[in-house]
Amino acid sequence: MPTTRRRFLSLAGGVTVAGTIPVITLRPLQATPAMLTTAIRNVVGEAQIRTGRVKLDIPPLVENGNTVPMTVSVTSPMTAADYVKSIHVFNEKNPQPNIGNFYLNPSAGRAQISTRIRLADTQKVVAIARLSDDSFWQVAADVVVTLAACTEEMN
Amino acid sequence: MAALINVPAKAKRGDVIEIRTLTSHIMETGFRHTADGKLVPRDIIASFTCRYNGTEIFRADLFPAIAANPYLSFFTVAKESGKFEFEWIGDNGYSSTASASITVE
Amino acid sequence: MIVWRAIAAAVLVIAGPALLAGEIPPDARRSGYSFMGPDTRAMQDDDTSNPGMLFVLEGEALWGKRTSDAGKACADCHGDARSSMKGVAARYPAFDKQLGRPVTLDQRINLCRANHQQTTPLPYESRDLLALSAFVAHQSRGVPITAGNDPELKPFVQQGHDLFMQREGQLNLACTNCHDDNFDKRLAGAPITQAQPTGYPLYRLEWQTLGSIERRLRSCMSGVRAQAYDYGSPELVALELYLMSRARGLPMETPAVRP
Repeated sequence: MPTTRRRFLSLAGGVTVAGTIPVITLRPLQATPAMLTTAIRNVVGEAQIRTGRVKLDIPPLVENGNTVPMTVSVTSPMTAADYVKSIHVFNEKNPQPNIGNFYLNPSAGRAQISTRIRLADTQKVVAIARLSDDSFWQVAADVVVTLAACTEEMN
Repeated sequence: MAALINVPAKAKRGDVIEIRTLTSHIMETGFRHTADGKLVPRDIIASFTCRYNGTEIFRADLFPAIAANPYLSFFTVAKESGKFEFEWIGDNGYSSTASASITVE
Repeated sequence: MIVWRAIAAAVLVIAGPALLAGEIPPDARRSGYSFMGPDTRAMQDDDTSNPGMLFVLEGEALWGKRTSDAGKACADCHGDARSSMKGVAARYPAFDKQLGRPVTLDQRINLCRANHQQTTPLPYESRDLLALSAFVAHQSRGVPITAGNDPELKPFVQQGHDLFMQREGQLNLACTNCHDDNFDKRLAGAPITQAQPTGYPLYRLEWQTLGSIERRLRSCMSGVRAQAYDYGSPELVALELYLMSRARGLPMETPAVRP
């Protein structure tokens, strides 16, 4: 079983530069861009994904990867004829590509959700909205993480 | 389990109001190891539902990437006086509920 | 420049309680809150989105619960915590006459359990103890810290000060090297604070749960590769006492949120 990044670094005698050394071979179950694409395809199918209408509010440099506040909002009148059905959020480098799926209906009034997420490394976060006409819209944001989540040992 | 709910006590009919929820849960990812190398099994809240006078107005699928003590905020149109019911369901048969009332004028 | 320094030194000597060597003067003291980014501050500011408040709620439930059939609940002696506990945490660690030494709030809770509630102490850093101390300390939110004023505490404050100034661990660093001499600079991307314990027990994003100041001090010691003192040890109590007295004047923030 590969040792954790922290053990590797202390063996190397280095000062902790948590998360920014790409020690990919020692990280267990790391998601790859291919996993991200597959996860997106599972939701979107073969439909085309357009860029725009979705806004992702996430700090560009997080204080701690364990708890990152995130808000996704979609421009939409939210009427019975034209509303946001669901919002799906994905990541690039956590052990798993999904973050959350959020289901709305016209009574929401505003297509906006906020939550707190975990990010294991500096990576891209992608938010995709599905509208009532089954069109898909996306936005991506790059987030720098200096202290990583998901790979901490219990003490 | 403890939950903190923020719903305005009063609203005007047609107002778009924000509902904020916070509940305590470890959201164990299933990717952590103990000091002797054992994998700590996954234990998360996987699903959240909010009903307004019985009708579902918001639902979420949560994954290990949602932080511990999950915080969720969303919006709804204040239609009528009544009750919001919140339900969190998770691994190992976890189930927790909370509610909040609203007066709509 | 030298003249201003001399005047400032004279003012410091004349005005207010004596500062121990190297201490940050009262008007320059800043809580860890001021070193955080806006998102983390927003998390602390709203009671319905502050995860520490979940523990305060749990503590409130424990406050009213009897410890056993024969035992009492905290509320049986102390009534409504909102009035009886106001200001208490701001003057802890406090001198216990019977024991002849300072005790922390956690230790006081356990002493009450043993002496007045006919029950066993709660383990350090257990969820129940954290919840209770969060609930009690929360009643002092906004109250300026006054810990360490008692003259009986003087030798213990000095002990804590000496520990604060003592280099330790493989990295051979003393608390003062970072927290007096280098606050506002950064260490591995994270801002170095003044280490003012205004919000304990607090919700640390790194822990994803509430934790005590002793847990934080022990992680600091592991951080410089020193063998951390045990929970409840006289060294940690003295350190906490010194840190609280060094923070005198700053308002309590429990439960704070910190990265």
